[in-house]
Amino acid sequence: MYTAIGAGLAIIGVGIGIGQIGGKALEAIARQPEAVGDIRANMILTAALIEGAGLIAIVLSFFVK
Amino acid sequence: MVLRYNIFRLFLSFLLSISAITFLAAQEHGATPAPASNTEHHVVDSAGANHSTEMHADVDHNSAHAEGGHEEEPFSPGETALHHIADANSFHIFGDVYMPLPCFLYAPNFGWTIISSTSKFDAHHHGTGTKAIDGYVMEHGEVKRVNDESFPKGEVMIGEFSHVKDTTGGKEKVTSFIEYQGKTYQLDKKTTWDGGLMGGGTTSYYDFSITKNVFTLLLTFFFLIFILTKAAKAYATRPNQAPRGIQGFIEPIYIFIRDEVAKPMIGPKYEKYMPYLLSAFFFILGLNLIGQIPFFPGSANVTGNISITIVLAIITFIIVNLSGNKHYWEHTLWMPGVPSVLKILILTPVEILGIFLKPFTLLLRLFANITAGHIVIISFVSLIFIFGKAGESIGGSTVGAVISVPLTLFMLAIELLVAFLQAFIFTMLSASYIGAAIEEPHHH
Repeated sequence: MYTAIGAGLAIIGVGIGIGQIGGKALEAIARQPEAVGDIRANMILTAALIEGAGLIAIVLSFFVK
Repeated sequence: MVLRYNIFRLFLSFLLSISAITFLAAQEHGATPAPASNTEHHVVDSAGANHSTEMHADVDHNSAHAEGGHEEEPFSPGETALHHIADANSFHIFGDVYMPLPCFLYAPNFGWTIISSTSKFDAHHHGTGTKAIDGYVMEHGEVKRVNDESFPKGEVMIGEFSHVKDTTGGKEKVTSFIEYQGKTYQLDKKTTWDGGLMGGGTTSYYDFSITKNVFTLLLTFFFLIFILTKAAKAYATRPNQAPRGIQGFIEPIYIFIRDEVAKPMIGPKYEKYMPYLLSAFFFILGLNLIGQIPFFPGSANVTGNISITIVLAIITFIIVNLSGNKHYWEHTLWMPGVPSVLKILILTPVEILGIFLKPFTLLLRLFANITAGHIVIISFVSLIFIFGKAGESIGGSTVGAVISVPLTLFMLAIELLVAFLQAFIFTMLSASYIGAAIEEPHHH
């Protein structure tokens, strides 16, 4: 049960992180609509990297008894 | 008027899909009388019907309880989801119709067993076989082995399956047993080399069969070979002309991978890595998309199988580290301009860990995203069974279907996006790791 709580906490962190990236990317696109391609690519890349941290936490929560 | 007609048609198709799903749900879990073809199989059952009490006496676990294999178990969405995303030795088409697949099994003390088709197990219901071949049996479409020297070789009729659930140590572990001539035999699952972390471990045999996943993998492979060579040939036969047919689908993706992924991430030497990036992209995309089809040629959860993603990540790992130049290794192992103490204590260990963590997150991301999507869809479909009390209440099933169909449609749309996104992210991250490994130093 504690591992489930740990996995959930990790997801909260990842959720906040990806939310921030999405929000900031939208702000950046609103400021410079012509740079939308670059911003989107970098947004997805960063979101994927943050997601990696969350995935490691989830997998560790499977392994720890 | 046209609008109203369209809305009516939409509503009608919605109603039709709900009634179809409700009907299937009711049929699957026995609200309708059992078809006549099952009588033979019940005779086999009744031969070993009174073993259940012996089972309780035989196996003495603290919290264990044995139950007959064909008794109607209470519906559990979690177990259903895990069963549907798992690999299987035969391909479920509909009802009790299965596509037979060949089995190649190897037990270290016994040798190879080649079974030309899983239909030889003579399965009647839910992919559970009534015959044992050289000690191998099939349960729920999965081949298992009787780990006992005294069990007869060749084809023999077997009795009923039973399970013992062991929940000691916080993890639920289900062991299957079969009944043969009044004796119960324990069944081994196939060997999985996960060191026992995911509930597997080394058992008495290895399974090299063409499973459901392998079948879909080969199908996708030949399909991709077909359409990609067709598109490639068109450039030779019709040079300098506008793309036609399948070219029109392949070319924008090729241009996208080249201009948005390879060039910015890898730099001027991008051409050398284009074949791998494109292969990875089309392979993952093809498998993701075929996994979205909920019926026969699709329905195998290939990219949601960790073995497949491990192999893909290992290929990326090898390419990144083989193409890594002096600059990359210098910055990984002995970062210039940092005090030695810091390098030995922190930087070098972290960087070496990073070499392995990069492909590790790469494989987990693809695996977790696809698996999670499938589990969510199956959970939404399970709403029908939960509301309908597993087929007892048609009204409840209808309510469940009304809720479940739009949610499932929504989730399938999201999964379609995820299928493209994950293929793109895998390709882009592979490209960025390669780019980081071959980057030339620039001194200021």
